[in-house]
Amino acid sequence: MITITGKSVFGGVSIGKISFYKRDKKVVKRLHVEDTEGEVTRFQSARATAIEQLKKLYEKAMDDVGEANAAIFEIHQMMLDDLDYIESIENIIRTQEVNAEFAVATTADNFSEMFASMDDAYMQGRAADVKDVSERILTILSGAGESGVKTDEPAIIAADDLAPSETVQLDKDKVLGFATMYGSSNSHTAILARTMNIPAVIGLGQELSEKFDGRDAIIDGFTGTIYIEPDEATLELMREKQRQDQEQRALLEQLKGKENVTKSGQKVNVYANIGNIADVGLVLKNDGGGIGLFRSEFLYLESSTFPTEEEQFVAYKQVAENMAGKRVIIRTLDIGADKQVDYFNLAKEENPALGYRAIRICLTQPEIFKTQLRALYRASAFGQIAIMFPMIISVDEVKRIKEIIAEVTEELDAAEIPYNKNIELGIMIETPAAVMVSRELAKEVDFFSVGTNDLTQYTLAIDRQNPKLESFCDTHHPAILAMIKMAADNAHAEGKWIGICGELGADTTLTEQFLAMGVDELSVSPAMILPVRKRIREL
Amino acid sequence: MKEFKYVITDPEGVHARPAGLLVKKANEYTSAIKIGKGEKSADCKRIFGVMGLGVKKGEEVFMTAEGDDEDAAIAGLEAFIKENL
Repeated sequence: MITITGKSVFGGVSIGKISFYKRDKKVVKRLHVEDTEGEVTRFQSARATAIEQLKKLYEKAMDDVGEANAAIFEIHQMMLDDLDYIESIENIIRTQEVNAEFAVATTADNFSEMFASMDDAYMQGRAADVKDVSERILTILSGAGESGVKTDEPAIIAADDLAPSETVQLDKDKVLGFATMYGSSNSHTAILARTMNIPAVIGLGQELSEKFDGRDAIIDGFTGTIYIEPDEATLELMREKQRQDQEQRALLEQLKGKENVTKSGQKVNVYANIGNIADVGLVLKNDGGGIGLFRSEFLYLESSTFPTEEEQFVAYKQVAENMAGKRVIIRTLDIGADKQVDYFNLAKEENPALGYRAIRICLTQPEIFKTQLRALYRASAFGQIAIMFPMIISVDEVKRIKEIIAEVTEELDAAEIPYNKNIELGIMIETPAAVMVSRELAKEVDFFSVGTNDLTQYTLAIDRQNPKLESFCDTHHPAILAMIKMAADNAHAEGKWIGICGELGADTTLTEQFLAMGVDELSVSPAMILPVRKRIREL
Repeated sequence: MKEFKYVITDPEGVHARPAGLLVKKANEYTSAIKIGKGEKSADCKRIFGVMGLGVKKGEEVFMTAEGDDEDAAIAGLEAFIKENL
């Protein structure tokens, strides 16, 4: 047995095999083959396996995210059953006497080109589906597991570290736990682990190596330990710990459907933070009262070009509809700093956290901003969407945003496109500057939402991605709490409401203080909704 | 051969999901079934062809069926398309 200790980011115990995250470096070679019929058979059997995989994915998605979201896997199956697609691959193998991989890759290029050249933005987006299903076949042909996660079985995902764009693409059903070599407790892997209610240990260092791929392991998320090839005694101990943890969670289940109200009758909204459409299932499962922060970045991170208005509209509409009238607060684009996207062509900066990011990009390149706003306003006709803007430091910025919104609504009116005329507009309070001018800001908007992660970083002048600084980073620093109180007082003085959507919102040791400040809403990762509710009801 | 014409009313047009359902429906029949728009037409049993037409709201499509169960096919598909698209 090998024991490695790191830092825990989410409690819980998980037992399973390690799957080392593989960076996808697939290169398809053109090879001459004599036995073309053998290649056709190889292709056909890979196709059958792919369809089996998609059937399973479809069933799983039906349970997790509902029929509307699962439908894509059924469409992927139909694509693999399409005779044009199959004939194209078989013809290339037979006429060019080449390997199945080359035939699949060539066909994928041709078919996705057909979609990409259509004049409809939605159909252009389907090019990605063709690539996706073809990639699935290529992966099976290569004998490797799925890209990213190697097995079909749920596993403990090990990696050096995971980028935001990699984490959003992980199939959450296959993740038992996370173990990473690097990263700090505020890294994206850590935040994702908390969202998904998954045991995670980070900062394990180079002792965690790729040679452990496929071996049995246990993650103890309470102590921040990973055991590789555990002995019987450890396994027994951990199973017991896992059982106790599950009992505790079952207890929390009993809180479902109960109000978020203190003994003295103070009510507070408990909403959820999400980063993708699929997370809506988790919000509903954990009885969230709404979505307090929907990070729109995934649309940009998952795409290789600017997502179109149509693509964004479809995504926002879907979330609004799935939340069935509950409030959905969507934050506009927050790219820059630690979230980089190639096609934005952002210049390297000395100091990205203080640089060209979020609303600064949107106000400098209003065409990007307007596309997103149009999609949001159109989607507002389908549910209770609210919009919030990140990284605000001045009243002037809010006024400029409103001018752009006025242009958008005029265009929609002219085209007679319906939207909610009373859509709530809010801003993130995540800079000390915004706190200091919060009284003036409150006159301009409907609500505030405190982003405690950035507010902490900017107030304490501490980089939250730097693990070396963790001992200096007092997240309960009185300066931060004073800032939140000031923003809350100023919001209320203008008759507006305030929420907290950063990590501190889920810190149950602070819930009492937040309620004393009159905070109206706490937005937390879906897995923390019920623990926060439990705490509120105890007060 | 039987046929009918229909103007699409779904605001998103024949996008992936309804295209998938339409292909599934067409495959319930043995007749050869075609869907077309203007000059272009496609085999309604093949999803790439159907999606490749890129049919949008307000556009007229025609469908034809030829084979043993062409009456049932046209009736079934017409009902389906009116209901879903």
